[in-house]
Amino acid sequence: MRRWSWLSLDLRELWSHRELLYFLTWREIRIRYAQTILGAMWAVLQPLLNTIVFTIFFGQLAGIPSDGLPYPIWSYCGLLPWMYFAQSLHMATNSLVANQNLITKVYFPRILVPMSGVFVPLADMAFGLLVLIGMMVRYSIAPGTALIYAPLFLLLALSLALAVGLWLSALNAMYRDVRHTLPFLVQFWMFVSPVVYPASQVPLSKIVWGVELPLRGLYGLNPMVGVIEGFRWAVLGTGLGPGIALWTSVATTLLLLIGGSLYFHRTERTLADTI
Amino acid sequence: MSESVIQVEGVSKIYHIGARLRRFPSLRDRIMEGLAAPLNHLRRFASGRDNREDDDTVLWALKDVSFEVRRGEVLGLIGMNGAGKSTLLKVLSKITEPTGGRVRVRGRLASLLEIGTGFHPELTGRENIYLNGAILGMKRAEVARKFDEIVAFAEIERFVDTPVKRYSSGMYMRLAFSVAAHLDPEILLVDEVLAVGDSRFQKKCLGKMGDVQKTGRTIVFVSHNMSAVQALCGRALLLRAGRIALSGPSDSVVTAYLAESAGRARFERTGPFPKRVAIVAARVTSTDGSDAVVFRVFLRSDARRHCSLDLRILDIRGTPVGFASLGTFEPDQMVHVMPGENEVQFSLVVERLGVGDYLVSLDVTHPGVEYFDRVENCLSFSVARPPRDGAIRVLEQAWGYGAVQLSLRGAQVRRCQNEK
Repeated sequence: MRRWSWLSLDLRELWSHRELLYFLTWREIRIRYAQTILGAMWAVLQPLLNTIVFTIFFGQLAGIPSDGLPYPIWSYCGLLPWMYFAQSLHMATNSLVANQNLITKVYFPRILVPMSGVFVPLADMAFGLLVLIGMMVRYSIAPGTALIYAPLFLLLALSLALAVGLWLSALNAMYRDVRHTLPFLVQFWMFVSPVVYPASQVPLSKIVWGVELPLRGLYGLNPMVGVIEGFRWAVLGTGLGPGIALWTSVATTLLLLIGGSLYFHRTERTLADTI
Repeated sequence: MSESVIQVEGVSKIYHIGARLRRFPSLRDRIMEGLAAPLNHLRRFASGRDNREDDDTVLWALKDVSFEVRRGEVLGLIGMNGAGKSTLLKVLSKITEPTGGRVRVRGRLASLLEIGTGFHPELTGRENIYLNGAILGMKRAEVARKFDEIVAFAEIERFVDTPVKRYSSGMYMRLAFSVAAHLDPEILLVDEVLAVGDSRFQKKCLGKMGDVQKTGRTIVFVSHNMSAVQALCGRALLLRAGRIALSGPSDSVVTAYLAESAGRARFERTGPFPKRVAIVAARVTSTDGSDAVVFRVFLRSDARRHCSLDLRILDIRGTPVGFASLGTFEPDQMVHVMPGENEVQFSLVVERLGVGDYLVSLDVTHPGVEYFDRVENCLSFSVARPPRDGAIRVLEQAWGYGAVQLSLRGAQVRRCQNEK
């Protein structure tokens, strides 16, 4: 009973600080490309350059299949949610430490800080989507009605970034080791997500030491599998489409999010002392 | 009797200074600590004492603090550095949670532990006003309504759309204070933010605080500026080592604090000491009226020596104020020490120093030949003085004119005969 009362209290407090969330997000977007020559062009260049590299090495040299579509647009369509996720995770994880001066000087629900971290890269993604539209025109690919589901997959990516970001930002506030581990985590995570290869390449099962492992099922525990495959399915009409893997992704994300919120709530009370 | 809007009951706050010294404990450290913890518990249990208070890695920043603040009251918090004033404000403003006890606050509370929190140099004045307003808890509509007033108060009209990184530090401070000054909370917690800007602007700020007070807001005010505390606060709390040492009308608490901080300022050193002449202890025994501060310094020497004893005096912000010496300027004032411990007593004339706190560093030298010993910022004294009869005000360090009151002499006024 008490648990739920603090939850409703927290939510009410969050709601009353919604403008601060808006300003924290707006500040980061506003200064993101300050004093750069290319400005917001960077938001477009990063996934584009990655796409070129991936197309050359994974598409051409390694000959990885791309669900029967041209490799560039296929990989770009996966890179877009992936890069959004990676940037969000990065920003959310470092957000508390980056806003130390706020945390030690002013009271507000601390969860706003990692939350704004996952909202900021949405701006980059919006630019990236424009390029995606351009590429679809270029390759004459028309989306089907499934397109209306695309935002839901991005929402899932946002929730996942927030969930993991809550854990990592709170840990990072205490142990700066997290910051140094993050690049490896993100890199590893990319390779266990269907960014450069389709999920269908992962065998359904494999026998290891005489035990049959449901490999595809285990693979689906990574929520980014659901996000990327789902996004490609919605936009390009390829891949496995929403199935059991999607629901595993949603369930895993929710579990991580609830756990992350509880852990964050526990640490935020003395955050100003430990950070 | 108005209702109480802040209730503090038995609040304690513990810091584990062992962990605080290493500001960034790595995961490995924590794991090692975790592994060592059961062993330490066992050892403590075996030795028959399980008292966390005795643990020397634990610092009680606040210990069993209880008080109430009533609606419309202006409460001053005073005490030496490290007495727990800032920790108390942080606990009141929910920035950190107390280790024990309860805090109840009724009403919209805003805290100003520093000004300009969250200002970003790349953003313009206008953008920072909105951002800072949101951080301090103002609604966007509220900021919009007060926007012109904020800009006018800060006197930055022409630079509203300039990034604040191009501002002078004075403009930056004025803007930061101006946003804070237009906060409209029911309860305001303020920490030392008045010590900004030039003196004209400071006067404006004090005026603004007075206005806020007149509208019946509740204010809790931490300051080293005793005159401001006396002028603004009806009641004051004196904190000492995390406890409330005294509570009452601000005049009497301030007087007690100044007497105490002057009388108690003492310093004792634990070895190892330099071999030849060492400063082993020192104290400021009293503020001798308002004109002199009496020092007693204990020197340990290995032989009969002549040395000079120097005082370097800083104001409370660390700005050098002056240098005084027994021996450096007047060789016949040199201190003659005998083998063993020697007590040197002398007075420092402070009649030209402005009201405020000062820090003293001690040096023992053979002038121009060798350095025996030095101790940095080991003592502090306060200069407090009521305005003399008929005088309008006394010089205060915190006003930013400097700490020394200079004299003017030989003023003549003549009537001019039309020609200039």
